[in-house]
Amino acid sequence: MTNEAILLGLAGVLTTAAPLIFAVVGETISERGGVINLSINGTVLLTAMGGFAVSVSTGSLLWGFVAGMVIGALVALIVAFGSVTLKQNQVAIGFVLALVCRDLAYFIGNPYMGLEGLRLPSLDIPLLGDIPIIGTLFFNHDLMTYLSYLIIPAAWVWIFRTRPGLVLQGIGEKPAAAFVRGSNVRRLRYLYTVLGGAIIGLSGPIYSLSVKAGWKGTISGLDGLGWIALAITIFGGWNPIRAALGVYLFAFLQWLGLVLQPSLPGVPSQVLQVAPFPLMIMTLLLVNIGNTEWVTRTLAVLPAPLRRFFNRLLRAMRASPPAALGTPFESE
Amino acid sequence: MMKKRWLNLGFQLSALVLALGFTTLILLATKTDPWQAYKYIIIGSISSLRKFTDVLVSFVPLLLVSSGLLVTFSAGLWNIGVEGQITLGAIATTWVLRLLQDSSLAPGLIIALAMLAGMLGGALWASLAGALKTYGGVNEIFGGLGLNFVATALTLWLIFGPWKRPGIGSMSGTEPFPNTLWLPMISGFRLSLWGLGLGVFFIILIYFLMKGTYFGLRIKAVGKNLKAAYLLGVPTTRYLMLAFILGGALAGLTGAIQVTAVYHRLIPSISSGYGFLGLLVAMLVNFQAIWVAPIALFFAALNIGSIQLPIVLKLDSTLSGVLQGVLVLFVLLMDGVRQMITRRSGGAS
Repeated sequence: MTNEAILLGLAGVLTTAAPLIFAVVGETISERGGVINLSINGTVLLTAMGGFAVSVSTGSLLWGFVAGMVIGALVALIVAFGSVTLKQNQVAIGFVLALVCRDLAYFIGNPYMGLEGLRLPSLDIPLLGDIPIIGTLFFNHDLMTYLSYLIIPAAWVWIFRTRPGLVLQGIGEKPAAAFVRGSNVRRLRYLYTVLGGAIIGLSGPIYSLSVKAGWKGTISGLDGLGWIALAITIFGGWNPIRAALGVYLFAFLQWLGLVLQPSLPGVPSQVLQVAPFPLMIMTLLLVNIGNTEWVTRTLAVLPAPLRRFFNRLLRAMRASPPAALGTPFESE
Repeated sequence: MMKKRWLNLGFQLSALVLALGFTTLILLATKTDPWQAYKYIIIGSISSLRKFTDVLVSFVPLLLVSSGLLVTFSAGLWNIGVEGQITLGAIATTWVLRLLQDSSLAPGLIIALAMLAGMLGGALWASLAGALKTYGGVNEIFGGLGLNFVATALTLWLIFGPWKRPGIGSMSGTEPFPNTLWLPMISGFRLSLWGLGLGVFFIILIYFLMKGTYFGLRIKAVGKNLKAAYLLGVPTTRYLMLAFILGGALAGLTGAIQVTAVYHRLIPSISSGYGFLGLLVAMLVNFQAIWVAPIALFFAALNIGSIQLPIVLKLDSTLSGVLQGVLVLFVLLMDGVRQMITRRSGGAS
């Protein structure tokens, strides 16, 4: 494999990661506010189909992406209505929506299957794109890939460095305290769930209008991506930057699996394709195991230096969810 | 009390009406005559004895997997790894059948051993998700999801690798087993009465287990309030694991039935989505075992009926999935509305 092929391959990793970046950032924002949007897997499929269908019918890429955002926001609105207003189980509502949206995508998308559609053009950035290596790697992509770079720091700054972001953390961690300080917890939860849904809604059209252009029904290869996005959100510890690193790691591993395939004839492609998942389970284990009671108990009996070492190690990896994640808020 | 029951029924009926209304709107939006679509679903599921036995073929796995999910649900667990547990059940069954098919054992014994292996396979896969949850702090939703993907990859690897057909492996699955290793069928139909019998047996067993035993009571206590159950002396970790194992064993049996009574080989999508559909059934029955069988039968009829849609109307058969999902969604939402109204009226009634 030549150096140039490797470079192009790595550049491709950034493009294939773009839709997952949007899904993960959108989910992170929603969960920061205390609402799990478990419907992503369906939302990605429905917005991929919807975005493609709208862009085919209108002849406009822009409307395709707008349709994706609207659909994503609407699905999230149902999650918010069910969980914030009706106080039903978020997991139940989200899971059902994941299935409904998937089946709706296949059902409504049937007549659009295999149609020729628009494709997001590549957009080389002048000057930056001409820098050797770095230009090829980062600046010879399409618009949505560039936006995917930008949304990561933007979401991070919003959550951790602004006043509204502080309130967002508050309604996810201690909604009662945020309420006492004058925040309208219910309205804000609606707002961030719908906003997160709209961002998630961009990921589908990025697939169907760029990364895997077209709509091919059940063989589109998109089923399952939303579940991956959910897992990476957890891996990311509800921090957009860490979550984005998770997405890039995942996309890189999938690419590596494809590349290594020919040189490892004894290992079937299916095994390498799935390698990220056991890894994901392992990382979730490492991230969470510090929170379990038996680990605390075991650590307590270890000699002090050893205990300090393990404590530091676990603390570095640990991620705890927003304290009020998944629970309804009662103001009275 | 009587009034409350009628109120509940009213809300559930309105959920059904809303679900039908939504599906009708979708059909109208795709320029289809809704009556035609519904008519063909009904014709496709009950118009002949053959079609009705096909419904039962789909009913058996759904019934089995839903009864297992009832246990994990009662323990407060979201066993989304159930798809992988079905798959591992199918893999273990296929493995034992392959191992013993040339032996001198009686075919009936081989089938029985293979199905036991299937239950064991499903239980082991579930206990993996269970151990991740109870000892590793990994939420069962994500542990289960990851394991689902691993299970699918394992199936594909076996079909294209070690267990591939003579010549070249293909998506059509492994080499079919000789029909001495099939669960006996009613002649002329695809239905196995053994499979149906097992499904009925296990839902009755689960019904009594959850309703009339200490075990069921403790599982429910764990599900209602983990901390309180622990403080009252219930060994919560053990009961969570037991719920996983029991649910996984029934999912594994579902996979075993799919191999021995339906496909007679291992195919890539052996779980056929029954795991997720079972989760919908379990949500809809709201912990009441008595409703599992009728709801599962209704869902199975929708599944089989909708097979007609692509043939007659050029529609995608996922319409049944839309209807099933939307029904559960509206039941959840209407239940929320009902609770809100009862809260508003101030608990005085």
